[in-house]
Amino acid sequence: MSDIIRLTTPLSDSDVGELKAGDQVLISGILYTARDAAHKRLIDLLDQGKELPFDISGQIIYYVGPAPARPGKVIGPAGPTTSYRMDPYAPRLMEMGLKGMIGKGSRSSGVIEAMKRYRCVYFAAIGGAAALIARSIKKVDIVAYEDLGTEAIRRLEVEDFKTVVVNDIHGNDLYKDGKEKYCIEGN
Amino acid sequence: MREINVKEITEAVKNLCMNANYDLSDDVMTAFRRGLETEESPAGRGVFEALIENAEIAREERIPICQDTGFAVFFVELGQDVHIESGLLTDAINEGVRQGYGEGYLRKSICDPFTRKNTGDNTPAVINISLVSGDRLKIIAAPKGGGSTNMSRVTMLKPADGIEGIKNYVVQRAIEAGPNPCPPVIIGVGIGGTLELASLIAKKALLRPLGTTNPDPQLAEIEGDILKRVNDTGMGPQGFGGRIYAMGVHIEKFPCHIASLPLAVNICCHASRHKEIIL
Ligand code: SF4
Repeated sequence: MSDIIRLTTPLSDSDVGELKAGDQVLISGILYTARDAAHKRLIDLLDQGKELPFDISGQIIYYVGPAPARPGKVIGPAGPTTSYRMDPYAPRLMEMGLKGMIGKGSRSSGVIEAMKRYRCVYFAAIGGAAALIARSIKKVDIVAYEDLGTEAIRRLEVEDFKTVVVNDIHGNDLYKDGKEKYCIEGN
Repeated sequence: MREINVKEITEAVKNLCMNANYDLSDDVMTAFRRGLETEESPAGRGVFEALIENAEIAREERIPICQDTGFAVFFVELGQDVHIESGLLTDAINEGVRQGYGEGYLRKSICDPFTRKNTGDNTPAVINISLVSGDRLKIIAAPKGGGSTNMSRVTMLKPADGIEGIKNYVVQRAIEAGPNPCPPVIIGVGIGGTLELASLIAKKALLRPLGTTNPDPQLAEIEGDILKRVNDTGMGPQGFGGRIYAMGVHIEKFPCHIASLPLAVNICCHASRHKEIIL
């Protein structure tokens, strides 16, 4: 395991280029949330030639549908959802300038290819560690699609949000490398 | 005949929904601590550390351990000498879900399969009722997240596939699931019965405390074999690489038709939530 890297959004091409699969990264700044339903609407907007509800260039999308906040809290538990469901939409958003995605689980080869082409990194947050993750979220505003409830697009202000790089822009994949390293003969 | 009022059932279900989501049971916590000690990979140990801290925060602050507070699934054992008073059992349970998910700040994750419109209160619940002897009512809440359910499968093997075929299928399913269902996972396996019964007993197998094996020595041996093979893949916690992908394999079996060998694999994430009450 490498040292811990600290990054602040928006991400530049050089920030992204230096990251390697397996790097532990603490992210501060802004994350935009979106999952299945919001992605569908974003792509519909692009298909109609309309503008997205936020400036996506250099930004990171966090695949999450938070639980409701208890009074006095900014957000409820907010861990990552499984990313492959966003695979059909992700390349279009990278084309628009998206620089990072946070979720959990494997991506398709198409998405991994698009990440190399558009210089975008895929980070994992720990799936199921939602109460802990919520502590690094300091402020929450709804940006669009409030009718979607938990699936609305939110703007999160985060401090030292813990992630690990799964896919970098050089084609490395932590899920493959990690498995190979610990695989016992015959599997 | 003993009477139980639906109000009592609703209140019990409401509390079960909340407590199952806030309070990870001791068997899973023990498995996390053991994982932290035995996991070889540093990234894997980091995962166990985070999961222990996460569960402690959730318990203290009375917030869910995971934002996906699940489909509300219940196993109900109704004593034949119980009379449910002032309403229907299923209505009482659904009302408990409505109140528990609402008042407990739990996420509502249930929607129409076509329009995807959220039902708004996490109902309807999935309720499995069995009649038993006696005058008690036992309710087990076992909410299940979507991420790990999506990685679960049911299949109809050929009788000729036998035990080896069963083992191979389960191991292959875990490999294909990879990091998606939030490993470290628990793998519930239902063998036999019909298509629907295999699925049901696979889910029921997950209710057995983690760290225990099936009392049938043959099934215990198959559980051990599958666990070793799955963990030898090296996928590890969260799929980051390591020794512990699964914390347990739980198998249940049931007689099946001479023509078939049904097999269900219910992968459950580390957020293995279940709480029960006897009224
Ligand atoms: S798979 Fe389990 S731990 Fe992971 S997000 Fe879903 S419910 Fe939570």
